[in-house]
Amino acid sequence: MVRLMVDAQAASTGENAAEAFLQGGASLRHAPGPYFGSYGGRWMPESLIAALDELEDTFEKAKADPEFIAQLHELNKNYSGRPSLLTEAKRFSEHAGGARIFLKREDLNHTGSHKINNVLGQALLAKRMGKTRVIAETGAGQHGVASATAAALLGLECVVYMGAEDCRRQALNVARMQLLGATVIPVTNGSQTLKDAINDALRDWVTNVHDTHYLLGTAAGAHPFPAMVRFFHEVIGEEARAQILEQTGRLPDAVCACIGGGSNAIGIFHGFLDDPSVKIFGFEAGGEGVETGRHAATITLGRPGVLHGARSYLMQDEDGQTIESHSISAGLDYPGVGPEHSYLADIGRVSYQPVTDAEAMDAFRLLCRTEGIIPAIESSHALAGALRVGRSLTEGKENPADTIVIVNLSGRGDKDVQTAAEWFDMLDENGQVKGTTLSTRKPKGPQGSAADSSEVQK
Amino acid sequence: MSEQITSKSAAAIDRAHREGRAALIGYLPAGYPDLQSTIDAGIAMARNGADLIEIGIPYSDPVMDGPVIQAATTEAIANGFRVASVFDVVRGITEATDVAVLVMTYWNPVVRMGVDEFSRRLAEAGGAGLITPDLIPDEASEWFAASDKYGLDRVFLVAPSSSPERLAMTVEASRGFVYAVSIMGVTGARAAVSSSAEQLVANTHAAGAKRVCVGLGVSNASHVREIASYADGVIVGSALVAAIRDGGVDAVGQLTKELSVGLQKPAAAATTQEEA
Ligand SMILES: Cc1ncc(COP(=O)(O)O)c(C=O)c1O
Repeated sequence: MVRLMVDAQAASTGENAAEAFLQGGASLRHAPGPYFGSYGGRWMPESLIAALDELEDTFEKAKADPEFIAQLHELNKNYSGRPSLLTEAKRFSEHAGGARIFLKREDLNHTGSHKINNVLGQALLAKRMGKTRVIAETGAGQHGVASATAAALLGLECVVYMGAEDCRRQALNVARMQLLGATVIPVTNGSQTLKDAINDALRDWVTNVHDTHYLLGTAAGAHPFPAMVRFFHEVIGEEARAQILEQTGRLPDAVCACIGGGSNAIGIFHGFLDDPSVKIFGFEAGGEGVETGRHAATITLGRPGVLHGARSYLMQDEDGQTIESHSISAGLDYPGVGPEHSYLADIGRVSYQPVTDAEAMDAFRLLCRTEGIIPAIESSHALAGALRVGRSLTEGKENPADTIVIVNLSGRGDKDVQTAAEWFDMLDENGQVKGTTLSTRKPKGPQGSAADSSEVQK
Repeated sequence: MSEQITSKSAAAIDRAHREGRAALIGYLPAGYPDLQSTIDAGIAMARNGADLIEIGIPYSDPVMDGPVIQAATTEAIANGFRVASVFDVVRGITEATDVAVLVMTYWNPVVRMGVDEFSRRLAEAGGAGLITPDLIPDEASEWFAASDKYGLDRVFLVAPSSSPERLAMTVEASRGFVYAVSIMGVTGARAAVSSSAEQLVANTHAAGAKRVCVGLGVSNASHVREIASYADGVIVGSALVAAIRDGGVDAVGQLTKELSVGLQKPAAAATTQEEA
């Protein structure tokens, strides 16, 4: 059914296609896969098909099992801290043409981002399949931390693949994963970022699939991952929709999210896909500017291809080789995107636009200073986009506060403090935060060392 | 349909069978260390006992490859490898030898050129067909059409994890031979051949495959001998790539000769009994 639609109406008819679709009473919600229009599928080695079948089967049964749903709900509530808040950002809103901006506070979840929603669901499935080991890829480290967390909670072994470049950018998260008992494997192939981490995770999976579940961190990859990961994140959109109705009495005019692989975005979008009055925006990493070639604006500038198991928009050269993406944000630094987003782009239901590093960092600082919230740099792309959307939707309006925009604040920025300090020139020539090296007291030795303990005895 | 097209790969395997042995299939990536070396090494393989040759297209995201092939293909790309030059390699080898030359490729480079266009050019260069490690028959409708149109072989993979239904479906979809991966894992030399390979070959034959060749982890004559006792062909990859890396074209010829010693079916080669 879903497939029919894109073939018939495709990209050219744009927004009208989505509207016609919705007015016809059809739903864009709960698309089951494997195909979203002409996207998705299973472009995967045969060796992994049995595991994908097993996962699909386990997921479908679990979804229909009240006990599983209750278990997930219980963890979401009493472990992650759901529902996450919906916070009106009143001072930040002043910079958005006066539109009222509301933040969906996924940053307040346990481990600091939306990633935990998916990870708890998949880790429960891993247990159901009798797997004892989970592997994960991570870019920003948030998915790795969430995976390590769920593995610790449920008693699973955890190995996380992380590009060596990302390990550098997100060193704090490497330490967090290790503290949680996970093994972090730095990946030095290719661009040493997320796509290469996924390659190595797939190689591990194909070798160890008998006891290992690949806990993919975004709504991409081979079926059933895109539909399954979305399912675990749908709670974001469900909550946000109920919360905005409760707080303002109506639906928002727009919903904004950042797009890496697309999991936080599809999670919040899903709540509003069938509300034709709600405009939906996905913000991709524009890096140093899409005109420079150094970006990760996959839908904006890519073309359909197959990578990591799905047909979807892809940054690729004339030979079909994947192009390295660039973004200040490790979590958005991926040359692919989940297939459902490609479909939503083609039918015009969601507008995908690039946001540069500089725009994102401006929004990052603005949120810090107007709301007392340090956002993840990934989420800062959505914030920057929301400023743009707010200004454009309020243009010429007598009462700009009638315009309501929800932003998915997908994560908190603690992991990004080092990157932000570099960006805002807060470091001295030794890489230390300026003004933090003035103490004249003799430094103590490392705790627990021999020198230290003798000093303590004195 | 499939039967009306004469398969170059099947013909090469059948020729080996008539000589009382399994076929030897050697893999090298195009453009490593350069295109001329790939052609020369392909010719050297053909002259030293290889019946079929697989030319790999270096790809940015080779998820089924281990470190040796990854390093080689990464270097080839860094040296400026372009996908269209694979046709020159295929032509160079087929013109100089009578082996069947297949291209082994991840799917996106084919999609990018256009499945029909890629197939047309491959057939024009004299290629036998494609081995597609990340394309399953379920997603291959375009490739079915193009391979039928240009008379190319469709070599799909089966794995120890494949269900009986998938084995049957994949056998039905394939032309030329079926590629049985010996082990759950990626390419690369291994100390021993996995015991799952023999069962998989038996199951694949039982599912109706006339020709089943085994690859992944095959690196020496003793592996070749073991596999040749139950399979229709033996595929060697990483070991040959390591040979060209360390010793150039001559080393590839030398290794191929050594490997081919293991090809005789036990009955036909009673003199070469070694370990069980
Ligand atoms: C806070 C945060 N937001 C967004 C993303 C991007 O991923 P996705 O597009 O799957 O939500 C990441 C990925 O690491 C992240 O950590």
